[in-house]
Amino acid sequence: MSRFTGTRTLTRFALRRDRLLLPAWIVVFPLFTVSSAAATMALYPDAASRIVAASAVNDVPVAVALYGRIWDPTSLGALSLLKLAAMGGVMIGILAIMLVTRHARAEEERGRTELIGATVVGSWAALSAAMIVTGIAMLSIGVLSALGLTIVGLPAMGSWVFGLSWAVTGMAFASVSAVTNQLTTSARAANALALVALAVTYLLRAIGDVLGDASGPAVWSWLSPIGWGQQVRPYAGDRLAILLVPVLFSFALLALAFVLASRRDLGAGLLPDRPGRASAPPGLRTPIALAWRLQYPMLLGWLAAYAILGAVIGSIVNDLGSMMDTPQAQQMIQALGGTDVLLDAVVAMEFSILAFVTAAYGIVATRRLATEEESGHAEVLLATSVSRARFTASHLVIALIGTTLLTLTQGATFALASAAHTGQSDRIGATIGAAVAYLPAVWLLTGLVVLLFGVAPRLTFIAWIALVGFLLVSELGVLLDWPSWVLDASPFTHVPRLPAADMTWTPLVVLLVLTAALVAGGIARFRARDLSTP
Amino acid sequence: MTDVITMTGVVKRFGRTTALDGLDLTVAEGEVLGFLGPNGAGKTTTLRVLLGLLRIDAGTVTVLGMDPWRDAVALHRRLAYVPGDVSLWPNLTGGEVIDLLGRLRGGLNEKRRGELIAMFDLDPTKKTRTYSKGNRQKVALIAAMSSDVELLLLDEPTAGLDPLMESMFRGVIGDWRGEGRSVLLSSHILSEAEALSDRLSIIRDGRVVETGTLAQMRHLRRTSVTAELRGTVELADLTGVHDVVHDGSRITCQVDATALDAVLQRLSAAGIESLTTTPPSLEQLFLQHYGSSGP
Repeated sequence: MSRFTGTRTLTRFALRRDRLLLPAWIVVFPLFTVSSAAATMALYPDAASRIVAASAVNDVPVAVALYGRIWDPTSLGALSLLKLAAMGGVMIGILAIMLVTRHARAEEERGRTELIGATVVGSWAALSAAMIVTGIAMLSIGVLSALGLTIVGLPAMGSWVFGLSWAVTGMAFASVSAVTNQLTTSARAANALALVALAVTYLLRAIGDVLGDASGPAVWSWLSPIGWGQQVRPYAGDRLAILLVPVLFSFALLALAFVLASRRDLGAGLLPDRPGRASAPPGLRTPIALAWRLQYPMLLGWLAAYAILGAVIGSIVNDLGSMMDTPQAQQMIQALGGTDVLLDAVVAMEFSILAFVTAAYGIVATRRLATEEESGHAEVLLATSVSRARFTASHLVIALIGTTLLTLTQGATFALASAAHTGQSDRIGATIGAAVAYLPAVWLLTGLVVLLFGVAPRLTFIAWIALVGFLLVSELGVLLDWPSWVLDASPFTHVPRLPAADMTWTPLVVLLVLTAALVAGGIARFRARDLSTP
Repeated sequence: MTDVITMTGVVKRFGRTTALDGLDLTVAEGEVLGFLGPNGAGKTTTLRVLLGLLRIDAGTVTVLGMDPWRDAVALHRRLAYVPGDVSLWPNLTGGEVIDLLGRLRGGLNEKRRGELIAMFDLDPTKKTRTYSKGNRQKVALIAAMSSDVELLLLDEPTAGLDPLMESMFRGVIGDWRGEGRSVLLSSHILSEAEALSDRLSIIRDGRVVETGTLAQMRHLRRTSVTAELRGTVELADLTGVHDVVHDGSRITCQVDATALDAVLQRLSAAGIESLTTTPPSLEQLFLQHYGSSGP
């Protein structure tokens, strides 16, 4: 019996388990890619307009840091897929990391691998199956994206190169996850470790791209799988050979993961579990203290990432004025009303994107209610003198505090870095205010999770669908000329775009009232239903 | 003596399946009630109803004079629960979980906590994710029994314990009862219920089919009789005698309590060389309720 025996059975089992989830992701990614490419294409019908748009990206460091460079200013494909090369790399990386952990470490942590391991299954089969399932997902996303992009009228060669580079970037992060799955004992920690690696590689390529010039990025970008994906340059050179780098990287990490897997015991990680306290600290005596205890490591990680992101973008954004001295850029600035107005617009754009990320944190933190119930922890807690309302409030409060802290951190570091750069401190308050204005929209999704949880814990995933829907509305709604009722359905549409726009209180108050209603409804429903069994 | 638990005609449905189908159950103050039944009979559902975690469709439930669905919070200060499959927060240590659960229940007895940890040989500094099922159960047991409560609800509490720990557990429950507190102990391990319980209730398909002390139940059941005889005897014609087997001079049969007197008279008339009677074990009681060959 080889170490791979049983991989086929496990793969089929995993595919069956994900028969709804996996096809959904495989459809959503290409759909998002193709529709956003199609929308951008319509805006730039001729080469001249593309050159202007490309220089508006290439000459603005904050844009280069966020998205990377456009290597061929005349290429329609390169311009259309700019956002999806970097951001898309992150998104597909997150999907790959989560998929591997879902089928490898998460299964092991729950003890199911033990059950399976006692049957005729090799010790490498579970990890192999997880990698195969992820590989199928990545390849399908790549192929469907390539087909879709070709159909909407982009060059076939570039489209296939883009699809392939996307799939390969995903597999690189799947291999990172395969390694972190061997290091930790909990699925949560394995995901967290791999996501930190993802964040670092994104930052590396941001630095490399900003420090580089029109001939190529600085060496930092070459240390990052996302950088490799971009350096393949779809529609702008189609340098297929560079795909070998992530492929070799994936095989190397996968080999490492298998070596590590054969050196550890089932259920164990390579990073040891240290002994902890023999008795609880005095403060651990309420549901909210427990929720804090369970959630603060994740929140600290998010806060650190937000602080770095805010500071980096805040310090780059002010180079706008000084570095945009091409005639086209100056012209654009004048047309828009001067540097200050442009700065305000960039601030508003940056905060509107990050608001979705903050909302994602809020959903994750609140969904802890559902996982606590489904794992049986809630039963233990609710059998003591903890009421259902108090239990619900515990994780909700963490989500509300967490989203607030994240927003303040990001706003403050952005504003301070920006002030340190320009020596002007008069905009700090207004900038932080602009970030805070998004909180009611963020909280609405938190409230939605509570309502869904109140009905049934397994329904809370619907909040993710809502978030993706709102994101599509914000990113594509105006471009694709969707009807106004669709645009108005997203809470994020109603947030005033501070500091450029004027403050309007009414929509924010309405959002807060709606959130309170969702929470109240959720708690009422939860109090009226059976606790579900693990 | 008052009752700490009263359930009458309790019905609980999950979709189309009926988990509890008119269940009646009482636990008196200061007694240990063994709650016996095979897997899937409705034991855990009953306990979750008693905790107010599930809402019943019909019937009445009173626990310590309260309605568990409406007064869950107040009620839970006065009782402790050990689930059958204990699921704990993997990042907390056993000691932390014991303290947390004790405090949430309204305080715990530090001295007792220390004694129980020593007695059950638990390492409280380990993260609960490294614990075996038995150790997780110990954590829940210690947390429950260090609390100053009147009623314990235990769902198959020894399923993960080794025999040594099981006997420790029996000792602790004995002490507990000695202090006048009440216990509802669900189990499918008959010897455990037999050793610990004052009374037994047997549940099958969501109904309690039998309740009584072990002595009362025996009274209803057959005794196994084996005799070596000098002469011959015919027993099959007596009512209440079953499964008569002749094997040379030896005769074996199953006898209802009502027929014992008549059987012994006939046997002694034939001249007894040796006689063995075996009281029914709970296994036999169980077989009669759940086995294919019933009375």
